[in-house]
Amino acid sequence: MSHDLAHGGSPIQRPIDAANARPVPFRGGGFRHRKLGIVSPIVFAVIIALWELGSRSGIISDIALPAPSAALAAFMDLVHTGMLWKHLGASLYRLVLGWTLGSLLGVAFGLAIGLFSLARAGLLPLVSALFPIPKIALLPLFIIWFGIGEGSKVATILFGTFFPTVIATYGGVDNVDRNLIRMGQSFGLSWLSIVRKIIIPGALPAILSGFRISASIAIVLLVAAEMIGAEFGIGSYILMAGSLFALDQLIAGVAILSVMGLIISWAIGRAERYFLNWRT
Amino acid sequence: MELILRNITHSYGETEVLEGISFNLKHGEIVCIIGPSGCGKSTLLRFIGGLERPDSGEVLLAGDPPSGSLNPLTYIFQDFALLPWRTVEGNVSLVLEDHGIRGERAKAIIDDVLARTKLSDFRKALPRQLSGGMKQRVAIARALSVNPAVMLMDEPLSALDSQTRELLMDDLVELWTRERFSACYVTHNLAEAVRLGHRIIVLSRRPGRIREVVEIDMPLSERPDRIAELDRLQRQVWQIMREEARQADLEIADVA
Repeated sequence: MSHDLAHGGSPIQRPIDAANARPVPFRGGGFRHRKLGIVSPIVFAVIIALWELGSRSGIISDIALPAPSAALAAFMDLVHTGMLWKHLGASLYRLVLGWTLGSLLGVAFGLAIGLFSLARAGLLPLVSALFPIPKIALLPLFIIWFGIGEGSKVATILFGTFFPTVIATYGGVDNVDRNLIRMGQSFGLSWLSIVRKIIIPGALPAILSGFRISASIAIVLLVAAEMIGAEFGIGSYILMAGSLFALDQLIAGVAILSVMGLIISWAIGRAERYFLNWRT
Repeated sequence: MELILRNITHSYGETEVLEGISFNLKHGEIVCIIGPSGCGKSTLLRFIGGLERPDSGEVLLAGDPPSGSLNPLTYIFQDFALLPWRTVEGNVSLVLEDHGIRGERAKAIIDDVLARTKLSDFRKALPRQLSGGMKQRVAIARALSVNPAVMLMDEPLSALDSQTRELLMDDLVELWTRERFSACYVTHNLAEAVRLGHRIIVLSRRPGRIREVVEIDMPLSERPDRIAELDRLQRQVWQIMREEARQADLEIADVA
């Protein structure tokens, strides 16, 4: 077209051949996710059904993997004896206390590192040094420091959730749009106002996604924390079942943890939708 | 209130960005600062509002701000700088809260500035729901709410499409006709400069020096009808800038 124009100065007058016109081939589409809400229950159901079928027909040996029905029976056993609530109660107490304290401290330290140069210079290397240490390895230390009772278990979860929260929080503070802060300063807002009204809401998306990670870590650490000196708790139930090779109980316990994880992630999803409704 | 700039010189590390800038901003006057990209116009504006300090030279305020001015030097930013988690009225009330203005008094001010910027129907809207032009009008409403003596505008229309820009220019002229605010208006758009400026300060390429000052002795309200004259003026300013802009374009950008 541009060549025609270059030669003649105006488009060449030629009749349009409408009879041979064809639609432009569609090349967009794909690379975009659709909501397929019913797929995941189907996947779960099919896997469990295949597993059950395999166990019943003898393809999967009972020693290798107990049938889902056996795990369900073990779970119902827990319900009937009333042990489920004892185990759940003990675990939830440790989980909620450890995670809440760890998150609160983590957000506080993360904000300090994000806001003050001195805190950043002093604490950030410490956090980087301590973050990769597996907290399970420190369990004996925690037992000496905080006692063999609840203290050491809560402490394990607390330390495990503290570090990822610190890192998520100060990363979120660093990522707050500098222009918004400059705007706040240009209108003469006080330091506290800028922190409260600009920096914390701006860091909230990162803090909430940090919560997602720290909640999963808390569940992982729950089992570790209940390794020593725990009478009740989902973790101790799983470990007990494991050492007795009661695989049906083990599967039931693991399923409970998994459901706990799902519920927490759903709750955080709701929180995100509520607090971050301003995002596109 | 008047602004006096004396011999502002600044460098970022080895790179000198501004050199010996001196001018005055009189009451009720709009001064447009134009120059090729990277000549330090935005930096200069940050010095004027006290967000950054120049290496040498000073920015002085002469006279008292008008009574009731909460924030004499008030910015309007290119990217609007609205808090995305606050509604339109929340964004305006943000700058009032720190002055202890809440409740009924805040509501009265917010109603007033939203009416002046034709945003009354959008008080509860979040920034993401607004078009670029409306976002900038929210930013203007926010600036008006603190009753500024001088508006410091950093390419306020550059993020908008050309039609919205035209409309907002009209809005600004209308606003100025009513309020007679002073403004320092940084832009790289010559059309905006000749439409809005009483004076145009042309900066050279880096390090930015004052290349020329062009006075435009034509009332703002008459300008839309005297496009031909403005056009001539715009071309004249472009002749001054042209070589600078071409040279600036050839330089390797090593400062932000």
